[in-house]
Amino acid sequence: MLIYLGKRLLFMAPMLVGITIICFAVMHLAPGSPTDLQTQMNPRASAEAKERLRALYDLDKPLTQQYWLWVKKLAVLDLGRSFSPDRRPVSDKILERLPITITLNVLSLLLIVAIAIPIGVLAAVHQDAWFDRATSVFVFIGFAMPTFWLALLLMILFGIHLGWLPISGIRSLNAEYMRPAAAFWDLIRHLILPVLLSAFGGLAGLSRYMRANMLEVIRQDYIMTARAKGLSERTVIYRHALRNALLPVITILGLSVPGLIGGSVIFETIFAIPGMGQLFYMSVMARDYPVVMGILFIGAVLTLLGNLIADVSYALADPRIRVA
Amino acid sequence: MRSDFWRRFLENRMAVAGSVVVLALFVVSLFAPWLAPYDPSAIDLDRVLMPPSGDHWLGTDPLGRDVLSRMIWGARISLKVGFIATGIAILIGAVLGAMAGYYGGWTDALIMRFVDIMLCFPAFFLILAVIAVLEPSIWNIMLIIGVTGWMGITRLVRADFISLKERDFVLAARVIGASDLRIIFVHILPNAMASILVAATLGVAGAILTESALSFLGIGVQPPTPSWGNILTAGKDNIDIAWWLSLYPGLAILVTVLGYNLLGEGLRDALDPRLR
Repeated sequence: MLIYLGKRLLFMAPMLVGITIICFAVMHLAPGSPTDLQTQMNPRASAEAKERLRALYDLDKPLTQQYWLWVKKLAVLDLGRSFSPDRRPVSDKILERLPITITLNVLSLLLIVAIAIPIGVLAAVHQDAWFDRATSVFVFIGFAMPTFWLALLLMILFGIHLGWLPISGIRSLNAEYMRPAAAFWDLIRHLILPVLLSAFGGLAGLSRYMRANMLEVIRQDYIMTARAKGLSERTVIYRHALRNALLPVITILGLSVPGLIGGSVIFETIFAIPGMGQLFYMSVMARDYPVVMGILFIGAVLTLLGNLIADVSYALADPRIRVA
Repeated sequence: MRSDFWRRFLENRMAVAGSVVVLALFVVSLFAPWLAPYDPSAIDLDRVLMPPSGDHWLGTDPLGRDVLSRMIWGARISLKVGFIATGIAILIGAVLGAMAGYYGGWTDALIMRFVDIMLCFPAFFLILAVIAVLEPSIWNIMLIIGVTGWMGITRLVRADFISLKERDFVLAARVIGASDLRIIFVHILPNAMASILVAATLGVAGAILTESALSFLGIGVQPPTPSWGNILTAGKDNIDIAWWLSLYPGLAILVTVLGYNLLGEGLRDALDPRLR
């Protein structure tokens, strides 16, 4: 197992290097140098901002040296200072918002698993029955749904017409004065819509995958053996088939991490949630390059970590992977 | 073979429904100037935020512009962005996938690692970062969606090339002295077209979804050019008074994307029945 883990970690190193190269390339994508862009296209950029940008990227040096200097700073999580008036270090700005984004994404991941797996299994077990057909309609609509639009509709329905749920922020203005239990309930009420919506995007994919997987497993010889032994259908499906069909789901969950993190830009912006996604959006609008590059890098690293966790859990759950 | 394809395709009711939607959108985009009841950018401050009525079937926006007319012109924008962005993605994906699959070895390893690295970036993050550097405009949006969306096609084309390059017709072409380029583009690529076509159809759906999300956030197609996404922005700004601004453009996006997805899946089933 340790050897497997070591191999996976070793494999991550070139990926990390690649990620830094792409981040660096995006930054230098602008015609001319980034400082030209600041001064020519953005009248808001002051001479001071230009100076800071030059300092950050060492623009007077050759490109390869610039890259090397930037990576050296990156290695100690020095992402430079924000262009915004507060001029705070980018890493501080990101780190204080990261927990909210990660919490939201973990909650939606849990919700996806809790809903999609039963749906997929039931659809496969009752193949072509009404539930299976309803599921496939749901899957098609799920794939085509612009989730930001669904967010608007739910805000209109639950927030404005029914008035059941708040539609902005993560706590009420008077939350400080609430008793702990009430404050917690207040937080949950604020999180219901964002978590539900960000989970919605992943639901269709996972239920469809789970169904296909289950159908595949049910056809295997060992399922026939289990049936031939005279086990009840319940035992065959839920003890023998389900366990094997669940394994590859771990990988799929790992692969869904970038989609979830990417989606956090949309949901945090719509619901005014002070997370990393909202910071990213605001920084793009304000052309706060150090923050944009920092979040781009962190987003890719989070994806890499998600995949690593998925691969390692898969190896823990299925010994065949470790040997191969 | 060809009649087989049509029989299988036409038997699939979902696929036919998808093609009807796609065709209808082509017609609407093509005849937008004649179909739209009003000028999509005609501001009428006496008729601001009017609910749907006989005059304005889908109501008006905060500047008194007719929502139906803006949606009809918006269909054009979606179609344009969808097709051009997907075209760019296919061009990059097909060339890189063909090289990786055909040459194998180092070329393959290098290209596929590049794909892996690109896939580490949350697609939406990469798109937004590039927008921060370039200006958001309709052409940049198409370019960015295309340049960040070629990885799946590369994998697909590579897999096709790996299985096709061992076939006898490739050997035959090599024996008569055809160059690598000729073998790749004239002999193998046409045989990989089926899967590219399916990926392209699904890709158009994805590009339309991405464009609408970007425009909704105000960093895609810029007003006054109408797009379904930026009408929804007005819907969000007036969420407590003008539900029609939120409802209809989103419905148009949903139906369009659904149409392309159904068409794509129908094509896949009809082209290769084994994949069902």
